Amino acid sequence: MTTITDTSKSSYLFSLTIRLADSALIASQRMSQWCGIAPTLEEDIALTNVALDLLGQARHLFSYAVDLDGCRKDEDQLAFLRDPHQYLNYTIAELPNGDFAQSCTKSFLFSTFSQCLWVSLLDGEDSTLRDIAAKSLKETDYHIEHFSRWFVRLGDGTDVSRQKILKSIDYLWPYTAEFFGNDRTLSNLEGLLHINTGKLQADWVNAIEDVFTEAGIDLPSDSDFMSTGKYGVHSEHLGHILAEMQYLQRSYPGGRW
Amino acid sequence: MYTQSLDTDPLANDPKEVSDKRELELKKRISEGYVVEPRDDMPERYRKTLIRQMSQHAHSEVVGMLPEGNWILRAPTLKRKSILLAKVQDEAGHGLYLYSATETLGVSRDALYEDLLQGRAKYSSIFNYPTLNWADVGVIGWLVDGAAIMNQIPLTQCSYGPYARAMVRICKEESFHQRQGFDLLNEMMQGTQKQKDMVQDAVDRWWWPALMMFGPEDSDSIHSEESKAWGIKKKTNDELRQTFIDVTVPQAETLGVTLPDPQLKWNETREHYDFGKIDWNEFWRVVSGSGPCNKDRIGVKKKAWEEGAWVREAAMAHAMKSKGR
Amino acid sequence: MKDNSLDVMEMPLFEVFIRSANGLEHRHVGSLHAADAEMAITNARDVYVRRNEGVSIWVVPSESITASDPADKEMLFEPMKDKIYRHPTFYNLPEGVQNI
Repeated sequence: MTTITDTSKSSYLFSLTIRLADSALIASQRMSQWCGIAPTLEEDIALTNVALDLLGQARHLFSYAVDLDGCRKDEDQLAFLRDPHQYLNYTIAELPNGDFAQSCTKSFLFSTFSQCLWVSLLDGEDSTLRDIAAKSLKETDYHIEHFSRWFVRLGDGTDVSRQKILKSIDYLWPYTAEFFGNDRTLSNLEGLLHINTGKLQADWVNAIEDVFTEAGIDLPSDSDFMSTGKYGVHSEHLGHILAEMQYLQRSYPGGRW
Repeated sequence: MYTQSLDTDPLANDPKEVSDKRELELKKRISEGYVVEPRDDMPERYRKTLIRQMSQHAHSEVVGMLPEGNWILRAPTLKRKSILLAKVQDEAGHGLYLYSATETLGVSRDALYEDLLQGRAKYSSIFNYPTLNWADVGVIGWLVDGAAIMNQIPLTQCSYGPYARAMVRICKEESFHQRQGFDLLNEMMQGTQKQKDMVQDAVDRWWWPALMMFGPEDSDSIHSEESKAWGIKKKTNDELRQTFIDVTVPQAETLGVTLPDPQLKWNETREHYDFGKIDWNEFWRVVSGSGPCNKDRIGVKKKAWEEGAWVREAAMAHAMKSKGR
Repeated sequence: MKDNSLDVMEMPLFEVFIRSANGLEHRHVGSLHAADAEMAITNARDVYVRRNEGVSIWVVPSESITASDPADKEMLFEPMKDKIYRHPTFYNLPEGVQNI
C-alpha cells in the first residue's frame, strides 16, 4: 500500500473525513427531529444531547476536511452547498426515524459501529483524526449506554414494544452491511490508519451481541442487500433531508448568518 | 417524603375567619422575607396560586420549544444550529425544573401535563404565534427572552423556596439567550437587503405580542395583586412592561430596525417611553385558545404524548420485571 | 393508542443530588421521573449536568426519603438555639494564646 501517491492518499483521507462528518451530521439532523416530541421530557433532553454531540463531531471533522481540501472555505460550504451525490454518509444515518423503537435501534447500531471506528482510528498515524476520535469516543460510549438500555427495555418490556423492536431490526439490519462491505477508501488508507474491515466487523458483532442477548433477541442473518451511501449513491431520503437543511443557504446566497 | 406535602390542606375546612387569619399571617411573614418550604403548613389559596403560576410557567417552557424548534432543521449554519438546539434543549430543561418544583406541592407532573393537553391549563400567549422566517428565531431571543427574563429575575426572590431555586438555575442558564438572539439579528442586518427585510418583518410581527407577555394591564389583572401579596410576583405587569420598553427602544436603534408603533416616544416628564395602545382583544383571543397556532401547538404535544405511551409503559414493565428477577 | 395517557402508570419520582467537585458534598438539585434507578442516573446526567455542573450523581426514590415534620420544628430545632457553648466564639482566650 505504499505505492499510492501523496495526492491520492490525501484525497482518500478527505473522503474518509467527509464520510465520518456527513454520517455524524445527518445522524444529528435526524436526531434533532425528536426535539420537542420525545416520549418523556427527560428523553427529549437526552436525545438533544446526542444530537448536539453528533453535530459537534461533524463540525470538528468538517474543519479538518477544510484543511485537507483547500478549495472549500469553511464547514458551512461543505454542509450546505454540496449536493446529495457528494454526501458520503453511511446510508443508515439518513433513514427515517420511524417510531421510538426504530430510532433507538438505529442509534444503537450506528453508535456501536462508530465506537469501533473511533477506537481503530486511535491507532492510526493521522494525529488530527486521532484527536477527534479520542474526543468523540467518550460521547459515543455514552450514546451506546443510552440506546443499548432502551434497546433492552423495549425488547424486554411489553409485547407491543418487543414487536416494534423486532420490526425495526428487520428494517435496519440490512443497512449495517455497508459498514464493512467493499471499502476502497479504507483499504487505500491502510498504510496510514491500519484499519482492517474484517476486524472492525468482528469487534462490532462483539459489541452488540451481549445487548441483543440481554434483550432476548437473536442476531439476524445477513442479506444480499448492500447500500452505498458511503460512495455517494443514497436512498431517496437524503435528498429531502438536504432540501430542508440547505434551504436558507441556497435561497439567499451571499447572506450573513 | 420530600415532594409530597399537602395533598389536601388539613385546615381547608376551617371557618372563613380562621383561614383569612392564616392567610394574613403568612402574607405578613412573607413580606418580612420568610421563605416557605414544601412541607410547611400553607393556606390552600397560597398553594393553589403557586400551582397555577408554576405549572403555567412550566407549560410555557415546553410549548415554547415548538416555535423555535420549527427552525432547527433549517438553521443556516452549523454554528447557529448548535446554538439553537442547545437553546431549545434548555427550554425543555427549564420546563422540567419547574414541573419538578411544582410537584413539591403534591401534584403529579402527568396530571399537570394532562391539563395542558386537554386544554384546561394556560401557557404564555406568545408561543401561539408562528415562526415564519429565520429572523423570527433571533427576534424570539431578543424580545421574547428579553421580556421573559425581566419577568423571571424577580422570581428568584419569590416566597416559595423550590420555585425560587428553580428560577435561580433558569435565570443563570437563560442570561445569554437574549444576547444570542440580538447577535443573530445583528449579523443579518449586515447582510443582504432580503435579510434586512426578514428582520424587519419579524420585528413587526413579534413586537406587540412581546408586550402582551407581561399580561393584562394592572387594572384588569385578576391574579397580579394576589400573586404580589403572596410574594410570588414582585412587580406588577405594567411596571415590568414599561421597563422592558425603555431598555428595548435603544437596542432597536442600534440594530437599525423600526419598532411598529408610531406613538413610541420618549416622555421627558415621565422619564419613560410613551407607547401606543395594546390590542387586548387579540391578547384574550390568543390566551383563550384562538391564536394563530394554539391548535397546532397542543396538537403536536398531544400526539407526541400519545405516541410515547407505549414507550413509557414498556420502560415501566421492564423495570418491574427486572426488580422481580 | 389509548385515549387517556394517564392510563399509563407515571414513572416514579427520584430526587437528584450532585457533587459539583471533589471535596464538596452532594447537594440536592431537584427531581425527575425515571422507570428505574439506572434510568434516573442517566436522565440526571442529561438534565442536571448539561453545563458541566458535576462529577458525581446520587439518585434516591422520592418515596424513600423520610423527612421531619415541620410541625415539630419548635421541638426539634428551637432547643439548639441557646446552646452557645457549642460554638467556638463562646470561649474567651487570654491575649497572646495562639494555635488553639
